[in-house]
Amino acid sequence: MLFKAFTKTSLLTNDGARKMPIFSSISLPNSLGNKLIKQLGVPVLAFIFFLAIWHVAASQIQTSLGQVPGPAQVWTQTVQLISEHNRERVKEEKFYERQEKRNALKLEKNPDATVKIRPYTGKPTFIDQIGTSLFTVLTGFFIASIIAIPVGIVGGLSTTMHRAMNPLIQIFKPVSPLAWLPIVTIIVSAVYVSNDPMFSKSFITSAVTVTLCCIWPTIINTTLGVSTIDKDLLNVSRVLRLSWTTNIYKIVLPSSVPMIFAGLRLSLGIGWMVLIAAEMLAQNPGLGKFVWDEFQNGSSNSLARIMVAVFVIGLIGFLLDQIMLFLQRKVSWDRTAIIR
Amino acid sequence: MLHHHLTLTQVSIDFPTDNGPFRALDNVNLYIDKGEFISLIGHSGCGKSTVLNIVAGMHQATTGGVLLEEKEVNEPGPERAVVFQNHSLLPWLTSYQNIELAVNTVFKNKKSKAEIHDWIMHNLELVHMTHAKDKLPSEISGGMKQRVGIARALSMEPKVLLMDEPFGALDALTRAHLQDSVMEIHADLGNTVIMITHDVDEAVLLSDRIVMMTNGPAATIGEILEIDLERPRNRLALADDEKYNHYRAEVLKFLHEKHTKIAA
Repeated sequence: MLFKAFTKTSLLTNDGARKMPIFSSISLPNSLGNKLIKQLGVPVLAFIFFLAIWHVAASQIQTSLGQVPGPAQVWTQTVQLISEHNRERVKEEKFYERQEKRNALKLEKNPDATVKIRPYTGKPTFIDQIGTSLFTVLTGFFIASIIAIPVGIVGGLSTTMHRAMNPLIQIFKPVSPLAWLPIVTIIVSAVYVSNDPMFSKSFITSAVTVTLCCIWPTIINTTLGVSTIDKDLLNVSRVLRLSWTTNIYKIVLPSSVPMIFAGLRLSLGIGWMVLIAAEMLAQNPGLGKFVWDEFQNGSSNSLARIMVAVFVIGLIGFLLDQIMLFLQRKVSWDRTAIIR
Repeated sequence: MLHHHLTLTQVSIDFPTDNGPFRALDNVNLYIDKGEFISLIGHSGCGKSTVLNIVAGMHQATTGGVLLEEKEVNEPGPERAVVFQNHSLLPWLTSYQNIELAVNTVFKNKKSKAEIHDWIMHNLELVHMTHAKDKLPSEISGGMKQRVGIARALSMEPKVLLMDEPFGALDALTRAHLQDSVMEIHADLGNTVIMITHDVDEAVLLSDRIVMMTNGPAATIGEILEIDLERPRNRLALADDEKYNHYRAEVLKFLHEKHTKIAA
């Protein structure tokens, strides 16, 4: 069908072809069908091409876990993981139902009996792990943002502060999450002591590791955004004798918002990558743990299941970035800037 | 002793450089009366902007000082509103909001909400920009932006209006329109104005006095030319006017005979 559309449009352009001889075969007229092919057809074709290569390459490689799974097996496992999740939910429901029945019976016999509902302790499913990872990354990213933006503003406004902070930023920025993790784990276990913890330690550890790794792009970009504010705009602020806070809210923040968001986007991307690694290494619940568990499990389905996780990780990363991009466009006053 | 509205006394300024202090301005003395329109003209790099910045309070004179209504100028403030060369409107605010920010800051507890609105609209009317009050700076032309910039400065009710090459970035036709507007506003409100310009015609057309500056380093005032042309002035009528052309020639002579800038 796509092929048909191509030939059709190229036939239509034969007239125009004489007018632009060099590009006649490339730049087709801007018809709607043509646009659709360019915007949708090309990526779809490329994806199909990718699947084909994958399929062929996978069938060539034999591993200790059997043949490397192709697209078909991965799809099967995707369906499998979702149905496993649904089964687990049904199991959980039944578990609570049984408890309630038992408790009701108990109360019938003796109205003063103390009854308890025990929490369901089934293994978290793939879908649960996605939820955990998302919550963790957003928490870590949130903490990083509320620290990084003020720090970046201070660094951008004061050269002295920037000089003070810059070496630290440059040293800590390239540190891998795997290096932070042991330190964070030990410090969190030492500091976060509570009889009734609101969050699990593993959650705090992962979130803090994400924070430590994704804080830097936002600091750097905010600093850059603030320090490159048009001097005339700052002079306007001086002529108006705006107070320090008004200056920040009315001049500094709005003018550096595009740069801040560029930093936030980078930060969230890094945070998401870091989280998966941290979860794998620390055995903290989340997608990373799922991957590691499957690796250790080593069943004939494991590779396919890990690949499902890879796609999901990629897809979520992409979606998070798209959300940030959407927000960036929303808050950007510079309509002429090309944001992508 | 006669008190002037604005006094610059023996103003000199040194900028620190790697090779020691650099004297940009030396012994600038200028007395400006209320309602006067003064142009500063000179070759680029002669320190015109520095003079303006000192009056604005952006720079501090190394020696000497500026008095506005007998009070020393030490920092920027709305009573010395500046119209910047590149309009300097906040790009995320509409024309109305840009002026609103200024009005809200300057008249915080002095005007009611309704009065503030009326005052903003009044100033937009002065520059004929009410039609674009809800437009962002990126949606209007360069001349319109500068009009809003002027409205913003006027809205602060400044004692001196400082204009730093306000029309430098505009094409000749737009520039003429804006010059007419500025003359109109000056006639209406009687503001005291200091304007920096490169344009000889502009200086002669608008000013009561033209302050001509020598070349730096250690630039200072070379001559002051009194422009005795009746107001309102009309650019077309003046084009053939003998006096006008004489003044024009005087400025040109100063710039290109007495203080020729060696081409860089």
